[in-house]
Amino acid sequence: MDRKQAPILEIDRVSKRFGGLTALDEVSFSVQEGEIRGLIGPNGAGKSTMFKNIAGFYTPTSGDIRYRGRSINGLKPHSISEMGIVRTFQETTLFQELTVFENVLVGCHVSARSNLFAAIFGLDAARQEKAREKTDEVLEFMGLSDRRSQLAAELPLGSQRALAIAIALASEPKLLLMDEPFAGMNPEETNHMMELTRRVQESGISIVLVEHDMKAVMGLCGYLTVLNFGQLLAEGTPEEIRTDRRVIEAYLGGAG
Amino acid sequence: MAGKWQKVTGFLLLALLLAVPHFLQFHHQDLLIFLVINVLVVTSYRLVTLTGEWSLIHAVMMGVGGYTATLLFRNFELGMWFTLPLAGLVAAAIAALLCFPLFRMTQFYFLIGSFAAGEAIRLCWIEFVIPFGGTGGLSGVEPPFVFDIDFLEPVPYYYLTLAIVSLCLLILYRIENSRIGLTLHSVHWKAPLAESVGVDTWRYRALAFIVGSFFVGIAGGLKVHYLGTINPNQYGIGFMVFILIWVIVGGYNRFYGPVLGVVVLTLFDESIRQFEEFRPAIYGAVLILSILFLPKGLESIPARIRTWAGAVSEPTEGKPTDG
Repeated sequence: MDRKQAPILEIDRVSKRFGGLTALDEVSFSVQEGEIRGLIGPNGAGKSTMFKNIAGFYTPTSGDIRYRGRSINGLKPHSISEMGIVRTFQETTLFQELTVFENVLVGCHVSARSNLFAAIFGLDAARQEKAREKTDEVLEFMGLSDRRSQLAAELPLGSQRALAIAIALASEPKLLLMDEPFAGMNPEETNHMMELTRRVQESGISIVLVEHDMKAVMGLCGYLTVLNFGQLLAEGTPEEIRTDRRVIEAYLGGAG
Repeated sequence: MAGKWQKVTGFLLLALLLAVPHFLQFHHQDLLIFLVINVLVVTSYRLVTLTGEWSLIHAVMMGVGGYTATLLFRNFELGMWFTLPLAGLVAAAIAALLCFPLFRMTQFYFLIGSFAAGEAIRLCWIEFVIPFGGTGGLSGVEPPFVFDIDFLEPVPYYYLTLAIVSLCLLILYRIENSRIGLTLHSVHWKAPLAESVGVDTWRYRALAFIVGSFFVGIAGGLKVHYLGTINPNQYGIGFMVFILIWVIVGGYNRFYGPVLGVVVLTLFDESIRQFEEFRPAIYGAVLILSILFLPKGLESIPARIRTWAGAVSEPTEGKPTDG
């Protein structure tokens, strides 16, 4: 892989401490434009903490996170999302009470938001029409068009996960952070989700994937970053990682 | 077909609203005016609750509007046409200032915080006799006088109130059914998910609170211009509890739920007038019964009837397949 291109995301010696506990210890890595980067590691390795730091739900204790060369340290989640880094959630976090269509429509917030007067007098009609078109487009792209008027709560697991990604896509991200999108899926659902993830990448969106499902990670990612006990353990292609002694030890040591 | 029926019901409702004061005694005409004002109070409160934050300061915000109108009328001789919008704006401005401390909290803490902030405002009215008049309050506020129409009479004032409140309800309805309304719902149901797609949840909570306070401020102005007097006790926790009961009994998942609540309970209130001393107990019972048997409020009754009707008719539909 070409490592000379300017990275879309740089993690620069990021540490996160909670009281006496060090969840992340001077971790550095960078994500290239257009790639699917896997972020893996045994339980408690600090994957989720790293994820929350990038998305702005936590602020690093020290170190810097840069998006296209600009520091995003300490920004609020909504500002980070507005810049183009959008996360999905671990469980099926959706607006359960809204329809599939409305869920994705909420996702269009940044391009469709309006002010009070425009809302009262209907001056934002053109922009809202555009948001509805965008929503239709995203539903089509994620294969959810025929479920548009169903409530999110009524969807099967696979479609719920697809909807979660659809909401994120509606906000037009440049970098998508996916938090365990394959958790609890059967092989068929996993294959479908892998297909969708590839499609997202092909549309020009870079992806960071936090995942336990090794089959999915090895199949999707060109490059992997392995964390263990809050530290960077290894980086490399799936083949390199699969044969890396330290990685095998970390996983087997944790299991045995 | 549905649109046609909607038009017919709308027309009938309008005719009823216009005709109703002529069939009432003086005392009931008074109550009708306060009922229309309270419709605006509960509807504006619903906007605040859309983001999932229930406040206990709404009654005080109404008082802020009332005091603003009173002071402007007494000290600057401003007529109702000016005092009403200013009452709304002052309530909105105070709400905007309160956003900074209050929206650092959510849920229960927000509830208690909003109650404390409201009591602080009420204490100011009591302690600062100049200009607020202390516990006795202020009086001498008059309704407008246009051409030959004396709005001190209940019927003209009722029509005026009806027109103003209708306009306010229309605006509130448009807000709820706009992009902003959708975003407020999203903040309520899953704030982190809303944030992840760029929604500044703090700003939307604040927006709902400020706009809700604006409209209840106008309601306060409307009330004081008819009643003529104002004092801190009118807008205490007692009135706030009534707002909560109206909203909970009516239901708060639909725009018309709280309206239903305030109308039905006001009629009910009139029918138990002779049992004055039992009133708190009766209201307590109504609240408990409604939470037990109608947790989604009066607004859920049509859907329930449909389910019952469906349950009754379903076996007959199902029979051919059985036999």
